Amino acid sequence: MSWEFIRTYLPLYQEAALLTVRIGFAGIGVSIVVGLLCMLVQHYRTPVLRWIVGAYIEVSRNTPLLIQLFFIYYGLPKIGIMTDAATCGVFGLAFLGGSYMAETFRSGIESIAPIQEESAYSLGLTRFQTMRYVILPQAFSVSVPAFMANVIFLLKETSVFSAISLMDLMFTAKDLIGLYAKTTESLFLLVVFYLLILLPVSLLGRLLERRLRYAGFGS
Amino acid sequence: MNEPILTVDHLVKRYDGTTVLNDLSFQVFQGEVIVIVGPSGCGKSTLLRCINALEPIQGGEIRLRGELISAESKNLSSLRQKIGMVFQSYDLFPHMTVLDNILLAPTKVQKRPKKEVTEEAQALLARVGLSEKAGQYPRQLSGGQKQRVAIVRALCMHPEILLFDEVTAALDPEMVREVLEVILDLAGQGRTMLIVTHEMQFARAIADRVMFLDGGTFVESGPPDSFFNAPQTLRARQFLQTFTFERKKSS
Amino acid sequence: MPDLGLDVLLKGKNLIRLLGGLGIALKISLISVALCIPLGILLGALMTWKNPLCQMILRLYLEFIRIMPQLVLLFLVYFGTTRAFGWNLSGELSAVIVFTLWGTAEMSDLVRGALESIPVHQYESAAALGLTWPQTYRYIILPQTVRRLIPLSINLITRMIKTTSLIVMIGVVEVLKVAQQIIEANRTSSPNAAFGVYLVVFLLYFLACWPISLLAKYLERKWR
Repeated sequence: MSWEFIRTYLPLYQEAALLTVRIGFAGIGVSIVVGLLCMLVQHYRTPVLRWIVGAYIEVSRNTPLLIQLFFIYYGLPKIGIMTDAATCGVFGLAFLGGSYMAETFRSGIESIAPIQEESAYSLGLTRFQTMRYVILPQAFSVSVPAFMANVIFLLKETSVFSAISLMDLMFTAKDLIGLYAKTTESLFLLVVFYLLILLPVSLLGRLLERRLRYAGFGS
Repeated sequence: MNEPILTVDHLVKRYDGTTVLNDLSFQVFQGEVIVIVGPSGCGKSTLLRCINALEPIQGGEIRLRGELISAESKNLSSLRQKIGMVFQSYDLFPHMTVLDNILLAPTKVQKRPKKEVTEEAQALLARVGLSEKAGQYPRQLSGGQKQRVAIVRALCMHPEILLFDEVTAALDPEMVREVLEVILDLAGQGRTMLIVTHEMQFARAIADRVMFLDGGTFVESGPPDSFFNAPQTLRARQFLQTFTFERKKSS
Repeated sequence: MPDLGLDVLLKGKNLIRLLGGLGIALKISLISVALCIPLGILLGALMTWKNPLCQMILRLYLEFIRIMPQLVLLFLVYFGTTRAFGWNLSGELSAVIVFTLWGTAEMSDLVRGALESIPVHQYESAAALGLTWPQTYRYIILPQTVRRLIPLSINLITRMIKTTSLIVMIGVVEVLKVAQQIIEANRTSSPNAAFGVYLVVFLLYFLACWPISLLAKYLERKWR
């Protein structure tokens, strides 16, 4: 192991890791919004829109992110829809993540007894107030473990961004392996940086899950 | 006689082709306590849910002081505020304290000042013997305590009529009484109530009128003494017999 | 109607080649699934065994495999083993190794979850009926575990198929690589081929995964 090499290329990995984190979290943010909208459409059985959302969820969940990105980045420009690689990464990740978030929120809501919604209605709360004060707060805490699993899943999925020529961690590692044949060092840095990104999120998820289990609402 | 508070007129309710409620009509007057009894699945709970527009109806109409109640009503929220409902169980919001459960609707829906509602809530909690529980979460309460809180939560909205849907059915036997006492107390205050229950002794004690629902229609109705002592119809007699037992073992 | 580049696929053997590429991805997924299901069941059962050393080793394996992106694992095996042991693994073999390791970790966690989800009173009421330990497993525990497990294992197949799309990144010629070659070869005659060809690849993956997902969902509902 050449520490000299590691010291030289550390800044390159740092920059790549920042790119991964920035695009990853931006994509996850958009996923949450998409997921919430889809969940609302499905929960209230909005006509027409619910069919579109249903189709989107099936397509998004049954295709790999890599193929989604290829289509968005290389295919869509041919019919005039151009995006730069970073935007494409964010929206590609959101296209994938939106359906996962929607399913998580939906099952969170389904786990809440219908009587909760009904007793809120019987107190005169409107649909919006019921969602805002009664359903969502409970659904969110039920969904935390699955939500955190989605976040980790999506962060891991960002590893394919190099395919659309984003200079992320995978891109950097592959580049250095090709250029200097310093395989051990390059792979070592790759693993360390992914652990630096993913371990804290994973630990946070576990912490939240435990907190919620002990401070759980029960019934 | 005064104006009825609630009028149900030729109500029809169907689920996928089966008629659950078939052409029901009745009125509830100010201060009246009506108990609805009947075998499981006869549509008692469905009737209460229709009155609160939690179920769409397929025929007839329901009016509260002349105003039509239906799932499409524009002023559904304000109508529901005038109808207090307590369910079988699990209807307290588990993520809020007892006090927040009670305050939610009066402050968010009726926009009343929090201080005023809190005072009222504390007084009502004291009346049902739960003063110290205001800051606790539903999971820390027994089933009977939860149901008393649910009643206070409904009362704080100042409803004109209260609906009780088998509020003691999910409780352990020793907790039934504490909840029924609260409802008896409400009757003493002259509240208008529509109660679905399987507790026949309680029905007898509280009702001004007992209505026996079977097969989606009212088979019989009348004052409790005549209903329980001398039921007119065969079906009512059979129903009341299910609450008594005969010794099979010869001694 | 603008040229969407779909005609390229009708030229020569292009569509057959594309399907052949998908075949390679599917072959790798199925081999890995076939290996990881028995291995995962074994490991999952081992995890419920309360031996501290065994638990620690299994946990380390499970945690590392599950926290690393699958692409990193592919890099580690494909590039790393050459360097460390002098092996020159082909891309396909590396893929089978990685997906088997990954699938085994996922499967073992599903098995553990399914075993632990059987409530204690099931064991107790079996014991109360006088069933022996093997009888309890044979008639009570395993049938319930299997019912929970089958939809989840089927889901693992679709996840596996989606994950195999990554093998193009370690140089295996599969559907995406074939698609790139086709687009490249027809660059002048059909400049818009990228749209049509990638759309078809997208649909091919969807058609491979969707029916399997539907089956899993159906079984999950049926056995709930």
